[in-house]
Amino acid sequence: MVAADLEGPYEPAVSRADLGLRVHWCVLPFRVLLVLASHRGIQMYESDGSTMVYWHALDSGDATPVQAVFARGIAASGHFICVGTWSGRVLVFDIPAKGPNIVLSEELAGHQTPITDIATEPAQGQDCVADMVTADDSGLLCVWQSGPEFTLLTRIPGFGVPCPSVQLWQGIIAAGYGNGQVHLYEATTGNLHVQINAHARAISALDLAPEVGKLLSAAEDTFVHIWKLSRSPESSYIEAAPLL
Amino acid sequence: MSMRTLPLLFLNLGGEMLYILDQRLRAQHIPGDKARKVLNDIISTMFNRKFMEELFKPQELYSKKALRTIYERLAHASIMKLNQASMDKLYDLMTMAFKYQVLLCPRPKDVLLVTFNHLDTIKGFIRDSPTILQQVDETFRQLIEIYGGLSAGEFQLIRQTLLIFFQDLHIRVSMFLKDKVQNNNGRFVLPVSGPVPWGTELPGLIRMFNNKGEEVKRIEFKHGGNYVRAPKEGSFELYGDRVLKLGTNMYSLNRPVETHMSGSSKNLASWTQESIAPNPLAKEELNFLARLMGGMEIKKPSGPEPGFRLNLFTSDEEEEQAALTRPEELSHEVINIQATQDQQRSEELARIMGEFEITEQPRLSTSKGDDLLAMMDEL
Repeated sequence: MVAADLEGPYEPAVSRADLGLRVHWCVLPFRVLLVLASHRGIQMYESDGSTMVYWHALDSGDATPVQAVFARGIAASGHFICVGTWSGRVLVFDIPAKGPNIVLSEELAGHQTPITDIATEPAQGQDCVADMVTADDSGLLCVWQSGPEFTLLTRIPGFGVPCPSVQLWQGIIAAGYGNGQVHLYEATTGNLHVQINAHARAISALDLAPEVGKLLSAAEDTFVHIWKLSRSPESSYIEAAPLL
Repeated sequence: MSMRTLPLLFLNLGGEMLYILDQRLRAQHIPGDKARKVLNDIISTMFNRKFMEELFKPQELYSKKALRTIYERLAHASIMKLNQASMDKLYDLMTMAFKYQVLLCPRPKDVLLVTFNHLDTIKGFIRDSPTILQQVDETFRQLIEIYGGLSAGEFQLIRQTLLIFFQDLHIRVSMFLKDKVQNNNGRFVLPVSGPVPWGTELPGLIRMFNNKGEEVKRIEFKHGGNYVRAPKEGSFELYGDRVLKLGTNMYSLNRPVETHMSGSSKNLASWTQESIAPNPLAKEELNFLARLMGGMEIKKPSGPEPGFRLNLFTSDEEEEQAALTRPEELSHEVINIQATQDQQRSEELARIMGEFEITEQPRLSTSKGDDLLAMMDEL
């Protein structure tokens, strides 16, 4: 477990002004890295927190004075680590099996507003090559196939509210929105199959237990709900049922 | 974080300050014309054009200390004076009230409605002064122009920036405790009933669709709360029904302003950290203050109008007692003390603050009226 706080002794200074620090364990084929994203940039540490192996300062070149500059949304896909930014660009880092020789291999364009969250899972097979979903402040979702070059497969438009949290499981995209709804989409087609009026306030986070197909949603209305995800045996359409 | 947060923070805290001062002026039976003059002077200083120009520039939020210095100067923009203990209490009440309002906003965008509620009431205070009214309306229009078009995502960022500013502030306010919107540990109660935010559906329904988008199944479930539909959306125009009650004046003569100093050691520890650790932004903060206060035209108390002291407590003894028993860590130090301790010092700021010297008004009885006033202060 990692608890992130606002004070830090490590360089570059993660000071009191570093609000909205995001932390994520990235599990890669041969190593685990701890990744921190903030308004200064992206830091990657060895899994015991002992050494910082990589530091990427954010390029605020295009930002107007009124735009907040930050990195947000972290996920691992194969031997890549993807991190979202304030501009909507997603940075793709190629991670070697060991050592600090990390390279920024690609910048994905697809979003125009700040990235909120990224979800990944191993590709489900020939029928479903989608293995990454990125979400942003406008509620837009982009579905990608990872590789030496990432391919944009589908776009699922938003509807005027941010999508703070997204999960990907067995070809099902689960998205939590600022209006308290949880939507389930088919990753291959981008079609909406389930709409849950789950909460009375903005969803803060979604989490998923992959072995049992249970989705957890937490929101600012102080409630936590658990949903069972499944596919209809006849149509194989995505379904959801409330558990808690 | 968001670079657009400062105007909202400043205007809402300023609004709360005016509500509290208005209540205390009435509770202390300050004569109507004096009370009106105080409110007019403060409001006119707050909405001064140059000051607003500086405020609306995109910038980060600075520390609570820097902000408190502004309000201390603002509170002394007229013939009224506050002792340190009263100023401390005023600032505590202001911040806790706005924290409550931000936390309870149904939608992040509703913080704009809270701001409009404050401005609507401020306009009520100065309805007889067309020049100041114009200044406030000008600011109103600027708010509509800048914030009217922001996306839900941008308002969410503003909300987060504000909540981080108020983090670890758990001062108990007796009115909140009585109304059961705050617990004894200083935390606010989040309601799980009432209208859902505008644009949110009532929780409790799952709809399932086929490939053509046709609904094929639905499940209803029990949601823990007790919510109803939102009746209508509040107005974001210059005039209109805001619908939201947050940000309206909750003080009246029958609801005196009191605070309890809450003291869990964890809270005090985090406050101590903030006041002792050297602030790397100190220099920028001081420059910011210099610019803001340069834009602030403070009228010095002069002429035949004698000043008076307002007490936020119900008696002078209570005020003295509060000053003595206030936890050291919670004492707000005026920023110029910090400036001499810090290595970086803004000379410009020091010069401007020198101009703001508030000389102690000697208690000479120049007229019967003043005697009476002085006597009433002692009550």
